[in-house]
Amino acid sequence: MRAGAGHRGVAGSLRRAGLWALLAAVGVLYAAPLAWMVGVSLRSAEDAAAPGGGLLPRVRGVEGVEGVEGEGGLGAYARGVAAQGAANYGEVWSSPLADFPLYLKNSLVVTILSVAGAVVSSAIVAYGFGRLRWRGREAVFVVLLATLMIPQAVVVAPQYVLFKWLGWIGTFAPLWAPMWFGGAFSIFLLRQYYLTIPRELDEAARLDGCSHAGVFWRIILPLSGPALAAVAVLQFAACWNDFLGPMLFLNHQDDRTLAVGLHMYLTQHGGTPWNLVMAFSVMVVAPVVAVYVLARRFFVEGVGTEGLRE
Amino acid sequence: MSPGARDVLRGVAWISPWLVGFAVFTLGPAVLSAALSFCDYGLLDSAVWVGLDNYRELWGDPMFRVALRNTLVYASASAVLGAAVTLGVALLLERGLQGAALVRAIVFLPTLVPVVSACVCWMWLLNGRFGLVNQVLGWAGVEGPNWLGDARWAMGSLVVMSAWTIGGPVLVLGAAIRNVPRALYEAADLDGATGLRRFGAVTLPMVSPAVLFNGVMSVIWSLQVFGPPFIMTKGGPENATQVYAVYVYQNAFVYGRMGYACALAWVHVLATLVLTLGLLWVGKRVVYARGA
Repeated sequence: MRAGAGHRGVAGSLRRAGLWALLAAVGVLYAAPLAWMVGVSLRSAEDAAAPGGGLLPRVRGVEGVEGVEGEGGLGAYARGVAAQGAANYGEVWSSPLADFPLYLKNSLVVTILSVAGAVVSSAIVAYGFGRLRWRGREAVFVVLLATLMIPQAVVVAPQYVLFKWLGWIGTFAPLWAPMWFGGAFSIFLLRQYYLTIPRELDEAARLDGCSHAGVFWRIILPLSGPALAAVAVLQFAACWNDFLGPMLFLNHQDDRTLAVGLHMYLTQHGGTPWNLVMAFSVMVVAPVVAVYVLARRFFVEGVGTEGLRE
Repeated sequence: MSPGARDVLRGVAWISPWLVGFAVFTLGPAVLSAALSFCDYGLLDSAVWVGLDNYRELWGDPMFRVALRNTLVYASASAVLGAAVTLGVALLLERGLQGAALVRAIVFLPTLVPVVSACVCWMWLLNGRFGLVNQVLGWAGVEGPNWLGDARWAMGSLVVMSAWTIGGPVLVLGAAIRNVPRALYEAADLDGATGLRRFGAVTLPMVSPAVLFNGVMSVIWSLQVFGPPFIMTKGGPENATQVYAVYVYQNAFVYGRMGYACALAWVHVLATLVLTLGLLWVGKRVVYARGA
């Protein structure tokens, strides 16, 4: 309707092209750091530390593969990059400086326990805030929201004292046990979602003699799939990415999670080649990105709109 | 028991996991922290009451001032830059252009990247000799500095890096932009408003609550910044990126001065509270409240 007159149509499509170019630029800028990280992880050590190396990995010195200049062309280049990448990732996986498979196992254990705890406990607590009516509910909910603003830095030092007293320092417990008591943000998201479920459903079930536990289990939970998935993804990312917690509360090197392991890998050996550090880093990022891509549909449904109502 | 009391009891029972967790893992440590801030405590020996000594010492501690100033600079610069970039990106994404969904996903992606990975990535991006940033500048004939190794550029580099992780705010603002009633734009069209005028008279006022929300959250978060300075610059060069949370960490876990660290942390809370309330107070006067 707006592209009515002819001259406006031309100007309009020019503007559209300009906007589209801007959009593409934003996409490239935001993707560049990660793309560059992957790129460096595929280089050879000398290539990674060569000034002005350009954007694409060079292949040289990999057994059985000729350089790009050779007649092999694109296919040989791709094979060369793949071989180099495989060598880098293999070296990190079996590096004597960092036990990657063990760190991966540690991260998985901590993350799975945290996600399970956060989803179960937050779903229950959110029922109390979103589906039950009781005096004082709003006031307590405000307190819950206020806790979102408490700087982690303030409680982390005395938390250390608490965990030490509990005998939890040097175990995984400080990293996952608190998640079984509901996370404020997860509770908030789930409550917002519960509020969108029609009340008539639980009222009918209650009239039929269903208990609150029954309503929660048979009606609310089955209808809250997207929000539960969103909470699980957020918790997965938060836990997988946590750096300060594992750095403070674990003290044995065999207990390291991937985030702490990567930091050690980076700092302990000043001369660690950057191509290997990047390969390590890519392997830390990949699971989070994979989970996000798989759960994106739920994520947008569960957070994009519902979380922002009110 | 009255039905009302029974309802309260049932409600409290359902939220009891959170109540217990809050008491044990947040409230308890917060109270403990307040008490320890009046003590000399080094984790290994027992705490000794020293009254206001920690707070008095803090007042004259030059590193406290450096950390406070750096943190305020970081927080305000990254909040302003973040708000501007978020607004621009969100507006662009809501134009209904082809490919916007893909770009939205790309912009969100960095918020999922573990902080250590992000730091590793940016350390190499910003590397003076081999980094991509200086390579690109080199094509334009500009010789870039050693960003993180130069006291004049290090803090700015961290601020720019913070604008890479605006996925959350973009999501919030995008939802607000989509929620602006069409009728308002139609009315503005009838009045002959176009471009900037339309934006200033309709879009901006309608999304201003979301901008304020993003701003407040961004300030709260960036006042707590820890990972990037700790990992990438270790507070250097020449304390240029020594920030508050790193200083608290150093006192608690490196210098073994838990009591002093707790005092520092409480000053942090109070400063954050004052800044947040101040922002909200100013915001209330600037933000357009729907239905008001």
